[in-house]
Amino acid sequence: MELEKFKYDNQIVKMFSIATVLWGIVGMLVGVIVAIQMFVPALSFDIPYTSFGRLRPLHTNAVIFAFVGNGIFMGVYYSLQRLVKARMFSDMLGRIHFWGWQLIIVLAALSLLMGYTTGKEYAELEWPIDILITLVWVVFGWNMFGTIIKRRERHLYVAIWFYIATFVTVAMLHITNSMEIPVSLTKSYSWYAGVQDALVQWWYGHNAVAFFLTTPYLGLMYYFIPKAANRPVYSYRLSIIHFWALIFLYIWAGPHHLLYTAVPDWAQSLGVVFSVMLIAPSWGGMINGLLTLRGAWDKVREDVVLKFMVVAVTAYGMATFEGPMLSLKSVSAIAHYTDWIVAHVHVGALGWNGFLTFGILYFLIPKMYRTKLYSQKLANTHFWIGTLGILIYAVPMYWAGFMQSSMWKDFTPEGQLKWQFLDTVTKMIPFYAARSIGGTLYLVGAIIMAFNLYKTAKAGSFLADEDAEAMALTNNYKGHSTDHWHRWIERKPIQLMIVSLVVVIIGGVIEIVPTFLVKSNIPTIASVKPYTPLELEGRDIYIREGCYVCHSQMIRPFRSETARYGEYSKAGEFVYDHPFQWGSKRTGPDLAREGGKYPDSWHYNHMLEPNSMSPGSIMPTYSWLLDDDLDVSTLKAKIKAMQTLGVPYPEGYADIAEIDLNKQAEKIAANLKKDGIETSPKKEIIAMIAYLQRMGTDIKKTSVADTLKK
Amino acid sequence: MKFINYLETIAGVSIYPLVSLIMFFVFFAVVTFYVIKADKHYIDRAKNIPLELPNPSQD
Repeated sequence: MELEKFKYDNQIVKMFSIATVLWGIVGMLVGVIVAIQMFVPALSFDIPYTSFGRLRPLHTNAVIFAFVGNGIFMGVYYSLQRLVKARMFSDMLGRIHFWGWQLIIVLAALSLLMGYTTGKEYAELEWPIDILITLVWVVFGWNMFGTIIKRRERHLYVAIWFYIATFVTVAMLHITNSMEIPVSLTKSYSWYAGVQDALVQWWYGHNAVAFFLTTPYLGLMYYFIPKAANRPVYSYRLSIIHFWALIFLYIWAGPHHLLYTAVPDWAQSLGVVFSVMLIAPSWGGMINGLLTLRGAWDKVREDVVLKFMVVAVTAYGMATFEGPMLSLKSVSAIAHYTDWIVAHVHVGALGWNGFLTFGILYFLIPKMYRTKLYSQKLANTHFWIGTLGILIYAVPMYWAGFMQSSMWKDFTPEGQLKWQFLDTVTKMIPFYAARSIGGTLYLVGAIIMAFNLYKTAKAGSFLADEDAEAMALTNNYKGHSTDHWHRWIERKPIQLMIVSLVVVIIGGVIEIVPTFLVKSNIPTIASVKPYTPLELEGRDIYIREGCYVCHSQMIRPFRSETARYGEYSKAGEFVYDHPFQWGSKRTGPDLAREGGKYPDSWHYNHMLEPNSMSPGSIMPTYSWLLDDDLDVSTLKAKIKAMQTLGVPYPEGYADIAEIDLNKQAEKIAANLKKDGIETSPKKEIIAMIAYLQRMGTDIKKTSVADTLKK
Repeated sequence: MKFINYLETIAGVSIYPLVSLIMFFVFFAVVTFYVIKADKHYIDRAKNIPLELPNPSQD
């Protein structure tokens, strides 16, 4: 056997690390801005591009796909080369991957600000960007598998399994959830509607958490913690169980985002069972990470890298304990739609993803620049300010969540709801303010880190190609006579990928397929009709402005909700909703039965100045809806797209839809005129009012009809 | 308005949760069995990969 000499590519790791820091700061900054907008709505500046409904998706997408995404690639490109003792398969593919990903981020940021969105959380990007993501993801996979195939280390370390599972599952999730029918370059409709769309979306949404924010980072944990502590992982056997159990279980848990909604009960229960079981592999992984440091806790006291990693793994443990608890129906009944969920998510994002990324950066940069960290003191400051930031963020949000929920459910002795929704909003303001302080501290910490790393890089000299040597693999490997079948898998990356895919497909298939049988089984609620052209256009504005980030459209079957909002939501009501707009947070009230609650003029004034109709409201102003003309140029294409998706507009309706649209618009304009508001029927606000007045009214018609029959 | 949950009309829908639970249990049992039986030499070898010890044997 010959000792081969080769070089590790550090350049690509450096590129991704710079992008990680840069986008991290951008994403956190936007987070701080939206956090402040929640108690100073004037910071929306009354222009579309800076309104909360557009900035919030920008924040989530930036943090998930730009900050954590680049963090994943940074860690994978560094660790993979060393774990398989080979340079990355292709420098060129690495560069295409890097620049392709940055292009996606820039396009994403611009398009979200422009209001081009699919209206599905964490999958907001429109179809051309979706295709670009798919292509770049394939490049990443190609480069990764190419590297694994030319490796000089027979065994695939468990971190690589996590990378492979990440690659294949994200591909599956992204493609399935992004099935949409294009209307124009910047607009599409989800292939699925209502309940089906919700199930697919949260199957995706939950597993984006699992396979974008968790599995790749677990892979990084399994590499970087042993590396930083200079000792092997506590139990390799446990890591094998951790891997298989985690990827098997995670995929089932999606429906816990939809408890007490119109999703079928059995799917909800299945989601709950698997969510609760998830605690076992999650904690197995956390314990494995922490116990790796047993006997080395003295190092944790001195090494800032380990400090960050310990807090990260601890935060992972807390979030994965809380997750299964939140999945219990009775807990979800309290927590869902409140700021509790926001707190939960941020313990994961700030603690687990953020701190692990910081730890890796503090480890990698001095190593690649062949020098010592510029300032240990600054790094320690970052650690403490960041930890404090997480606490000041999370504690007020937990408090706010409990308070909000209990106020929503409070009844007077006479049996009336005790609080107006608005009361529950104004009570939140101090907590929102505190949260923004926590977020700001965290951001300041990240900026300190950027400075520290920059100074470190300045002082050192970068090693772009790191010398390494290893024995080549012989082709005639026979294995041991005692070999177990599993080793057939773990030496072969493609087999590992296929088995991982099968394991994650099982859960998806069992949960989603029955809901797709729905179509033939659905007793149509006779009075639920497709949206009129004007309502459809209004709905698209609703999606464009990101109303769903603050308003749900799903009344759960609780007394407190039916008393506040009306009849609880039924699955049959959403059959024409491409995409569904159930939402996941109630910063404002639920809108599922908004139709007919207020006169048209109320909505007009409310969009112009929410405070005039609801004093104390924190909703930003939407005055441009009053000024801008409705663009009906794609109406025909929209109706046709809807017909393709099975919405029963009569044949040839696309050609005459605009006539109906104008008629309805004239009627609303006339209505407004009665209340002293002069406006052209061509304005966007007219379409918006049409949609808002339609919401949830269909089944009210049946109730009247039923009563008459009786 | 009377609303019948449409999935109740899928014949034998209750089999789904049952099948999934059994499937996971079997899967979990197999993985656990493997892990317990796994060769100690292999485990030690794989465990130390990140530490990049000089010239480990290739099996």
